[in-house]
Amino acid sequence: MSENTNTNTSFLNDAGNRALIFQAVLLAVVVFVGYYLFSNLQANLETRGISTGFSFLNEPAGFPVLIHLIEYTEADTYGRAFAVALINTFVISLLGIILATVIGVIMGLARLSNNWLVARLATVYIETLRNIPLLLQMFFWYFAVLAAMPHPRNSIVFGDFFINKRGIYSPNPQFQDGSGFVLAAFLLSIVGAFFIVRWAKARQKATGNWFPAYWASFGTIIGVTLLAFVVTGFPVEFDLPSKSRFNVTGGMVLVPEFVAVLIALSTYTGSFIAEIVRAGILSVNWGQTEASRSLGLPDGKTQRLIVLPQALRVIIPPLTSQYLNLAKNSSLGAAIAYPELVAVVMGTTLNQTGQAIETIGLCMLVYGSLSLSISLFMNWYNKRMSLVER
Amino acid sequence: MAIEFKPSPSLPPPSDSVGPVAWVRANFFSSPLNIALTLFSVYVLYLMIPPVLQWGFLDATWEGSSKAACTAGGACWAFIGAYFEQFMYGLYPETEYWRINLALILLIVLVGMFAIKAVNKLFLSIAIIVVYPIVAFILFSGGMFGLETVETSNWGGLFLTTLLGVVGIVASFPLGVLLALGRRSNMPIVKSVCVVFIETIRAVPLITILFMASVMIPLFLPEGLNFNKLLRVLIGITLFSAAYMAEVIRGGLQAIPKGQYEAADAMGLTYWQSMCLVILPQALKLVIPGIVNTFIGLFKDTTLVYIVGMFDLLGRIQAANHDANWLGTTIEGYAFAGFVYWIICFGMSRYSMAVERKLDTGHKRK
Amino acid sequence: MKSNMSKILTTAAIAATVSATAGAATLDDVKSKGFIQCGVSQGVPGFSNADEAGNWSGIDVDACRAAAAAVFGDAQAVKFTPLSAKERFTALQSGEIDMLSRNTTWTYTRDTALGLDFTAVNFYDGQGFMVRNDLGVTSAMELDGATVCTEQGTTTELNMADFFRKHGLSYVPVIVQKADEALAAYASGRCDVFTTDKSGLAAHRSKLADPSAHVILPETISKEPLGPVVRHGDNQWKDIVTWAMFVQVNAEEMGISSKNVAKIKAESKDPAIRRLLGAEGNMGESLGLGADWAYDIIAEVGNYGEVFENNVGPNTPVGLPRGINNLWTEGGVMYAPPVR
Repeated sequence: MSENTNTNTSFLNDAGNRALIFQAVLLAVVVFVGYYLFSNLQANLETRGISTGFSFLNEPAGFPVLIHLIEYTEADTYGRAFAVALINTFVISLLGIILATVIGVIMGLARLSNNWLVARLATVYIETLRNIPLLLQMFFWYFAVLAAMPHPRNSIVFGDFFINKRGIYSPNPQFQDGSGFVLAAFLLSIVGAFFIVRWAKARQKATGNWFPAYWASFGTIIGVTLLAFVVTGFPVEFDLPSKSRFNVTGGMVLVPEFVAVLIALSTYTGSFIAEIVRAGILSVNWGQTEASRSLGLPDGKTQRLIVLPQALRVIIPPLTSQYLNLAKNSSLGAAIAYPELVAVVMGTTLNQTGQAIETIGLCMLVYGSLSLSISLFMNWYNKRMSLVER
Repeated sequence: MAIEFKPSPSLPPPSDSVGPVAWVRANFFSSPLNIALTLFSVYVLYLMIPPVLQWGFLDATWEGSSKAACTAGGACWAFIGAYFEQFMYGLYPETEYWRINLALILLIVLVGMFAIKAVNKLFLSIAIIVVYPIVAFILFSGGMFGLETVETSNWGGLFLTTLLGVVGIVASFPLGVLLALGRRSNMPIVKSVCVVFIETIRAVPLITILFMASVMIPLFLPEGLNFNKLLRVLIGITLFSAAYMAEVIRGGLQAIPKGQYEAADAMGLTYWQSMCLVILPQALKLVIPGIVNTFIGLFKDTTLVYIVGMFDLLGRIQAANHDANWLGTTIEGYAFAGFVYWIICFGMSRYSMAVERKLDTGHKRK
Repeated sequence: MKSNMSKILTTAAIAATVSATAGAATLDDVKSKGFIQCGVSQGVPGFSNADEAGNWSGIDVDACRAAAAAVFGDAQAVKFTPLSAKERFTALQSGEIDMLSRNTTWTYTRDTALGLDFTAVNFYDGQGFMVRNDLGVTSAMELDGATVCTEQGTTTELNMADFFRKHGLSYVPVIVQKADEALAAYASGRCDVFTTDKSGLAAHRSKLADPSAHVILPETISKEPLGPVVRHGDNQWKDIVTWAMFVQVNAEEMGISSKNVAKIKAESKDPAIRRLLGAEGNMGESLGLGADWAYDIIAEVGNYGEVFENNVGPNTPVGLPRGINNLWTEGGVMYAPPVR
């Protein structure tokens, strides 16, 4: 809308003035509605005797949490319980994103496969999972996983691994003195691997000779870490799981709630990612593939070096929104006892303290930040991958 | 005496490069990897199909009045039969089912009329967005025109699922249009209000919005005024889907070439005239598939109301699973729910693809 | 935003029900509606449960029916709102329901800080544990290392945590959103133990495939007096709900039941009974009700003993012994002030 500079118009007919008035009115309405709701809230909190503020975060929670990756007991505070839930949400989102991407890429490529049967199977998978609500799939996986596993008494045993309805029990490594050195070696080897890749790329640009940098770096990481282990004399002891009266105790456990949420999230989102990958690959001109073949590149390299980098530009934006969906959908884990934010903060904490505004606000803030950080990361990656036009 | 030149007919292609044999070879056995994939797929099929067929059809029981009737060892579809009406209508009184059916038929007829050329689309849209909801509301809750009142707590099953989905989409549509226009406005305050609203809603899960609706809305209302729970949840769902709707519509607005905006301005149309008469009709046509996709997403998301204690299709099935006469029918319940959702969502997604193809003006690269 | 507000206001105009504010007369509100809106649970057999046809029954349901019988002389003048544990208090505070009868524990905090009033206790309960017979557990003290399933959103979670901490036992908590899912997880073998109030345990046990394969352990780890709740500040309404319960207990003491109440009203010479049943004077007046209020409760809903037997007694699927819910004269703690 251009500024109307005709001086003969009345005050109200001037577009600029009208915009100003309209905005003032809108602002007044927003402020008024906000104030109205807020004053009602004040009055209601007063009559119901609900205190406000975040002081409750320092009070002892008194309730247990099934999965806590940091130390947590019932005597800890609500704030601590919040941190535990936050980590659980974060972990499931991260693992879900990685798994969903793997599933999505495999299924997307399978749907494009020139093997008729494989393509049909992938299509069936994608179309089935996409059109069924995630919550239903969560319930299905939870009760299916529970039903498929044996009772603790008849656990499936592989050496020191136990599998039953209560989860998958594995030895828990207890790091002793000297393990810091191993960790340092491991980190150093990662840095080293990074440099190998950079060197290989530079060499390829300069000489055209190709070097299997990824295998080399992978080998470096494994080799150096193992060497450090040997040098320090294996500073690890394992806390082994053992059978007890009710169940298996000790060791590390992967509970069925976690497994079910992870499977549900990654297969569901994977079906969407598969379609995105397929569309991305189809968007790359067929001529590119033909040109690559005429240069004599084998099929695998054609896909990896020619097609995928170009497809990524189409793939990344919709992929970002799928990652966001996955992070938000992790909240459905609450329905099947996975103790994430919604279950711990908007469930138990809200119930015990009655602090509806604070708990729900806190949750929204966390999800907002999670979404924002995923967006920022993906946008940065997108910039890196975008076509450099010369 | 001219010799006529007659080319002899061309030979048929070698038998191994055309026909079914060649097709099978190219598709299944063209390389070692392909053979491995084929064998693997066949194995997967072998693992999945026979047991499912056995359980779902061959050994299934279709009739019966309790779990005890299911002795064949397969699926107990009798359970679905016994509870079918509850799954469809919730606890709605049986004598009043016709009201729901009537409303559904009305909706289908109205939407179907879009296909008829002679009908005025504007009036039809107004009928769907304004008149129909009022009629449907009177039909569903009763209390007027001699209809028996039915409490919203008795509404449930697929009826409630559909109601939440349809109301969510229809009510969020005008709101979404306004938000999309607001976000593209060059008035800073309008723009920022819209951006903040849209991005806040899009950044949080629906479940938090539903919790707000069920727990927080009462806190924000003055003493003595309260909405019933269904209405609170509907408000939550509408605001939620309005944010997504706004983004879809904004995409459509951005796809309209700048020349259209300039031409409308040059005609001397006001902002609202140019929007309503020139831009929006074109933009909305472009985003029909997007709207259908939003609807599919919302339709699936309505299952979340189960977490805040309403009995949609999934909720009704979960409740029926705990009936002492039908213990151990969880899988049948989930299978049925999955099937119903799948049919509806798959059908709609095919429809949106068809619309996309129909609207395709040929400048997409195939 | 603007359109949003106007939408909210118009829908409010259509659908908002102006409820009784604190201190206002819920009774007048109920009388003008013609029914009581009663908040119940989403399905605990014996307490509040709807069958396939949508008919509600149970002890908690009968508390609302008794109030309806007192007000209208018609125990069916009740509409039910099924509520989850989380939303029950909000629904009552905001006036969505007139009374809450949802096996709700009477606690200090709830009675003082939430703007609510507890009326009478219609069931004395306590939290317990249910385990499978074949584990061979006979006492809760043996539960060290057990996995425990329970529902989110009640006092149960905290009591459980307190019990295990107090006795230094380790345990794995599985806290599920809804009681029914928690039970399903227990039934599938996810947990060794299912914990909730003992009445609930019995009710949930009746939902399991083979109820006899599960045993409820003897320990009671908390006090859970359950009863109907009303909004704070409406004394008349609170009196009606309270005394509807007391009348049922008194009737059982006097030997009056739904079967003989008409006969007793016609024949009895006992002034206390005649006063109670409205044959003499008008006791209902001070509650703003008719003379037949107590008669209607007993005739339509029954005395407390009948309510207990019909819903959770030994002959029902729930199968609870009368225990401490017996009359004080029979060795229990059910004791109601006299109707004088």
